[in-house]
Amino acid sequence: MIGYLSFIVLIPLAAVIWKSTGSGLEGFWNAVTSPAALASLKLTFGASVVVALVNAVMGTLIAWVLVRDDFPGKGLVNSLIDLPFALPTIVAGLTLLALYGPRGPIGINIAYTRMAIVAALLFVTLPFVVRSVQPVVHELDREMEEAAASLGAGGFTIFRRVILPNLVPAILSGVALAFARAVGEFGAVILISGNIPFKTQVASVQIFSNIESDRPTAAAALSVVLLVFSFLTLLAIDLVRRWGSKHES
Amino acid sequence: MNQNEYKGILTDSVVSFVVRKGNPDDIQTWDDLLKPGVEVVTPNPFTSGGARWNVMAAYGAQIKQGKSKEEAVAYLNELFQHVVVQDASARDALQTFTGGKGDVLLSYENEAITAQQKGENVDYVIPDQTILIENPVAVTTDGPQSATDFVKFLYSDEAQKIFGEKGYRPVVKSVADQFDYETPSTLFTIQDFGGWGTVKDEFFDPENGIVAKIEVSLGVSTDSG
Repeated sequence: MIGYLSFIVLIPLAAVIWKSTGSGLEGFWNAVTSPAALASLKLTFGASVVVALVNAVMGTLIAWVLVRDDFPGKGLVNSLIDLPFALPTIVAGLTLLALYGPRGPIGINIAYTRMAIVAALLFVTLPFVVRSVQPVVHELDREMEEAAASLGAGGFTIFRRVILPNLVPAILSGVALAFARAVGEFGAVILISGNIPFKTQVASVQIFSNIESDRPTAAAALSVVLLVFSFLTLLAIDLVRRWGSKHES
Repeated sequence: MNQNEYKGILTDSVVSFVVRKGNPDDIQTWDDLLKPGVEVVTPNPFTSGGARWNVMAAYGAQIKQGKSKEEAVAYLNELFQHVVVQDASARDALQTFTGGKGDVLLSYENEAITAQQKGENVDYVIPDQTILIENPVAVTTDGPQSATDFVKFLYSDEAQKIFGEKGYRPVVKSVADQFDYETPSTLFTIQDFGGWGTVKDEFFDPENGIVAKIEVSLGVSTDSG
């Protein structure tokens, strides 16, 4: 198992870190603090945070509706949630460009703007919170809600104090995955983002750009930054989750 | 290949303005690109060779019109403020333009002709001042004889004619005369600026190049969220 993990994950990660030190520590620092790099990191993390928050709300909502409500076509909608997993990301990008680009059929043209980046990221991160929260909603003990209602609690209070605390660990887990995925997304973003440095160039596309202009060390350095931040995020969320489950009554 | 009479150059092209059919925005000169609201599409100069030709054509056009170096750089600065998309390559930029984005695309003349031959609704304008894009060919020294023979064929009248039909300007004069490629009034080459070796460092060095500095200054000034 260790051998497999090493081969697939650990050794490549170590190789990227090794590659990023090609110009020494100073070269690494210069590469990640250049104005263009900082701008792309700001954009990437900013967009990913927005997307994670939107997913926290919408993902929970969708999961709730899918479990608790009944409507015609529910089975189909449930399957569609997994579509972003099945679709190659470049196809997602192409579709978004065709729909919301200059020749889009519905008159919305947001291509080559930051909004387009957020839209692309929302598409690819859709399943994470939904699929994380859905099983928990399924397992919720309805008796708790009924008991609360019988004690006089209104709908919102029931949601806030009875249901939500049970969902928070799952929401956080889904949000962490959505965030990490958004930070690294490339295929869905590359066609629709416009790639203007300082305005619409995300970190993943800039890394690709660095490789294409023969600057692999700078590319590796930027990659290491993304890796470190994603890792820290996952760690932080995991700690919050453990704290949360310790305090469960 | 440098030894042959064409200095290893196989075909030529020029930087041109690709516009929507009928040129609705009436874009004819480099100054027209700076008209308010004009959206320019050009690839990213750090990943695309085509973009570099575009930048040097824009810069050179200013110099040839008598502007000083500072004024020419200021022109580039203003031009980049009109750029709405920076694709990775010239062909990607063409796709973006034909997909509906932008009012004018800066590109090789042969890309414009290719687009037209594929039925795209575009026209192209060759500005009065532009750069001669020289497309070289090379064989590796230890390559097979067939490679060298192929290159020899590429200089034959037959091959040069095919290039001409596909939108490239033939270098063999007798063939070039058979086509009616427009000659701009002021045509300059990269040699006028010291050749690619010099230009690459002066303009396109990722940290200190003139274009890198322009992009940084634009980013800082437009970084309002």
